[in-house]
Amino acid sequence: MIEVKNLTIRFGPDAPPAVDGVSFTVRTGEAFGLVGESGSGKSTVLRAMAGLNSKYSGEIRIDGVALPPDRPRSFFKRVQMVFQDPYGSLHPRQTIQTQLMEPLHNQSLERRPNAVEQALEAVGLPRSARYRYPHQLSGGQRQRVAIARALMLEPEILLLDEPTSALDVSVQAEVLNLLADLREQRKLTYVLVSHDLAVVAHMCDRLAVMRTGNIVDEFEAVQLRGGSVNHPYSRELLAASEAYGEAPRS
Amino acid sequence: MSEGPLVTANNLRVAFGRGAHAIPIVHGISFTVGREKVAIVGESGAGKSTVGRAIMRLLPPAAHVTADRLMFREIDLLAASERQMMDLRGRHMGLIMQDPKYSLNPVVPVGEQIAESWRLHHHGRAARREAFDRTLAILEAVKIRDPGRVAKLYPHEISGGMGQRVMIAMMLISGPELLIADEPTSALDVTVRMEVLGLLDELIASRGLGLVFISHDLNLVRRFCDRVIIMYSGRIVETLAAVELDHAEHPYTRALLSSLPSIHDQKPRLPVMMRDPAWLSQSGITQ
Repeated sequence: MIEVKNLTIRFGPDAPPAVDGVSFTVRTGEAFGLVGESGSGKSTVLRAMAGLNSKYSGEIRIDGVALPPDRPRSFFKRVQMVFQDPYGSLHPRQTIQTQLMEPLHNQSLERRPNAVEQALEAVGLPRSARYRYPHQLSGGQRQRVAIARALMLEPEILLLDEPTSALDVSVQAEVLNLLADLREQRKLTYVLVSHDLAVVAHMCDRLAVMRTGNIVDEFEAVQLRGGSVNHPYSRELLAASEAYGEAPRS
Repeated sequence: MSEGPLVTANNLRVAFGRGAHAIPIVHGISFTVGREKVAIVGESGAGKSTVGRAIMRLLPPAAHVTADRLMFREIDLLAASERQMMDLRGRHMGLIMQDPKYSLNPVVPVGEQIAESWRLHHHGRAARREAFDRTLAILEAVKIRDPGRVAKLYPHEISGGMGQRVMIAMMLISGPELLIADEPTSALDVTVRMEVLGLLDELIASRGLGLVFISHDLNLVRRFCDRVIIMYSGRIVETLAAVELDHAEHPYTRALLSSLPSIHDQKPRLPVMMRDPAWLSQSGITQ
């Protein structure tokens, strides 16, 4: 179980808080969505959870144990993150193999030669991909590599920051299917940040809606599908997504 | 006023490079655009933006454009001089791009940039004063509340949605007949997107413009456009009325539609597209 309690993040002493006292709980094995428009603070929350920003106040707990803001190395064996743009998050001049081995190296784990093969297979990439560089792969393949890298340490929790928003819809479908399969096979817990309500409705069990650094609403995905959300801003988001993003309901 | 189409393209081809090393991007496509909203939809690399730029003749010198016919009204776009094109661009056809952050000049106030696009086509001292008045009027037309104040702001001082309105204002001030909008709302949040599309719709209807709307988003164009041209790998695989999209026949169009996740219909898995090599061999000619 992940508990985020009263998380507040400021960028600069006089700046208004980018995240203002956010609290939520993610159950083990659940897929939890954080939805919001640009600037709502959703990615900032995720980055703090991942340990990428230690300058926060409030508390983040996993299984009841509060995490220190500067995360110990062992934390990353349990929690890994996948970023929006695989082109930006993969090293341009290292082979896929080197990049997949890096988490093992960082954790001083044994670098089993077949670990890379297994990881590539798990995300549906050919073995030959290990000798490639990121620019020799398509966008969807690159995102698969980023997912494979996140899985190298066999974590329990994956933090996903807009994992498909840089991809074409046909490729998005493949990557979302892959994420759903992996979650089932490995009993993973997901926290998924997205601006796309349809992606969150498809992937998640529960979601929170963020606006200007606050969580304004929280509900089950079933409620979203049924259109029974109450908060005016959630309704506005849903209406906007339906009007110009979603097929007309028949 | 008797009117033919605004844009006529017959067997339009674009290749980058020449001779044996040329890489074809657009493989002989044909279409027309009248005073209507036509969408060109496809995934990245389908060639949709290249088509938009070919109409404006804004492709880099390495691009080699050929066609049996490529006309803007009665003007042959392939034979037109650069001087003629300068007159056409802005005054008769405008291009709205995806991200106002990159398409506006960061060191010039936005009002000045809008006025400039009027002064490019209208010279003399009177035009300078008129440009100022028209800038305020067009900012009001794109529903900016305090035009006098906003005109003095720099691009970094305005929001994404406002920036896109400024772009639209800049393109409309000289009264073009055709707008080409290349993913005009992809960089915007959903709630802002709706406002900008609503505005665009209103302005196009009230001014009787033609619109080429380049997008990757089938559901968006289904609501917004009259006709949809589906491109796949430099070819047109299907052209149909937006309301007919649900009855699309081409497997690519159908796969595109079904691969979208939905808010309301929970699908256990999203259908994955099986790309058929035969899609590449079909001729690009559909009407």
